[in-house]
Amino acid sequence: MNFANAAVGQYMPGESLMHRLDPRTKMLVSLGIIIVLFVVSNPLAYALLAVPIVLAIAISGVPVKLVFRSLRPLTFIMVLTFVLHLFMDPGEALFSIGRITATDQGLRLGIVTVVRLTLLVLATSIVTMTTSPIAFTDGLERLLAPFARLGLPAHELAMMMTIALRFIPTLLEETDKIMKAQMARGADFESGNIAKRAKAMIPILVPLFVSAFRRADELAVAMEARCYRGGEGRTRLRELAFSGEDLAVLIVAGAYTVAVAVAL
Amino acid sequence: MKPVVHVENVSYAYDGGNQEQVEALLDVSLKIWPGEFVAVIGHNGSGKSTLAKHMNALLVPTRGNVYVFEMNTQDESWVWEIRQTVGMVFQNPDNQIVATTVEEDVAFGPENLGVEPGEIRRRVDEALALVDMTGYEKSAPHMLSGGQKQRVAIAGVIAMRPRCIVLDEPTAMLDPVGRTEVLRTVRRLASDEGISIVHITHFMNEAVYADRVIVMEEGRIALSGTPREVFSQPATLRKLDLDVPQVTELAGQLQAAGVALSRCPLTVEEMADDIGTLLGRGPCRSELHSH
Repeated sequence: MNFANAAVGQYMPGESLMHRLDPRTKMLVSLGIIIVLFVVSNPLAYALLAVPIVLAIAISGVPVKLVFRSLRPLTFIMVLTFVLHLFMDPGEALFSIGRITATDQGLRLGIVTVVRLTLLVLATSIVTMTTSPIAFTDGLERLLAPFARLGLPAHELAMMMTIALRFIPTLLEETDKIMKAQMARGADFESGNIAKRAKAMIPILVPLFVSAFRRADELAVAMEARCYRGGEGRTRLRELAFSGEDLAVLIVAGAYTVAVAVAL
Repeated sequence: MKPVVHVENVSYAYDGGNQEQVEALLDVSLKIWPGEFVAVIGHNGSGKSTLAKHMNALLVPTRGNVYVFEMNTQDESWVWEIRQTVGMVFQNPDNQIVATTVEEDVAFGPENLGVEPGEIRRRVDEALALVDMTGYEKSAPHMLSGGQKQRVAIAGVIAMRPRCIVLDEPTAMLDPVGRTEVLRTVRRLASDEGISIVHITHFMNEAVYADRVIVMEEGRIALSGTPREVFSQPATLRKLDLDVPQVTELAGQLQAAGVALSRCPLTVEEMADDIGTLLGRGPCRSELHSH
């Protein structure tokens, strides 16, 4: 099994402006762009919204090929939605295959959806690729903090994300070990149909879950031994710092996005 | 001088299912003094891990009291003070590292204590230097060896500025290299930093470096004394199902064969010295090292 694919959207260290920006700035700007993406339907608006995304990719110094690789897992969904729109939407007939007909409106809506999804994935990928996991969870925690008063467990969510990120490699390693142990005893994960292969995964998943629960238990004790008692009164090694650059980017990008939404 | 940890007539029983109470500790008393290096040995189920968990209020005695300085672990209002004073390192290096980078993990404890960022930075750098892990600040935990992970875990405890560190079989899951690294770090903490160490282990040759060895058996303290006092009683140890260090074993056999050594040697170096002296060649420590 190749786990390298798990690296889509992974952090690429760097020193660019994109890397320096506060994670909150990046998240807010990309969220703004995404919201507007789904509000507007004018082709010109998409072109204008693509400008800051392309700019961000250029500034970040992250290889363009790597950014676009993050689209790959969504290819199937994009093709599917495009085809569904093309043939299922009402409108004037363009051509027919048997009893199903492609329509002009379907074609238009199909393209719109694909463009929207592409820009959405690119806008989020460039944020995750220039933000370290720690900065990302910190930013998320701080952004969600105002909602904590409404009962949203902001700190807990961020802590869960950190721990998940910490344990993904450990659990992948363990999966690999269990698979090898089962293969050494004659287990076959490669042949047979989907149902058979899914069934072959059970002897991997059961020990993996058992071990994950044991790990969670031990980790909880270790965290308590290190005085962890939730988010209250907690300080951070690296406090997020909202700089002048952040303010400038937020104002310019914010104004631009709002202008696009209002004008088109 | 006040003991850092004072365990006073502690018994601990837990529910073993079928309404059966399992007595894990029975009337255990001991004091850990500032700067002291204490090794606790005993085979599985002897209660040594249970004893460790009592020292920082992870477990609370069924009968008796545990004091950390003046703080009774029964009093819940002291729990965080107690855990800051007595740090704990666990057996599995993977399951005690919380963060995605080394420095963030070492910072986890001080962050929980509400230490301000500049001071956290200082403590993290200092703690990593103490365990010889400077330069690994940004490394991901899963890229480290077992010994390195365990040293990061120790650094995470040091950064909380504890007066005592309890290590619950920290070397049990490590390879020999990792074991040596961790043991060297622990010995240095005890001798140079004045932090009390409670090292729980089932490796006898790790216990010989302690100031005091405590042998646990069925929830009680079976034997206690300096390593020399404890390991010079191989018959008693064997009765408790424990090994003696290899050199001590050899010394016993020499003794039985009529070769009288002046003391009970604990390490290979000591043994080499003793044999050298016996052969009239004087201590031969240097000779041993050159081999």
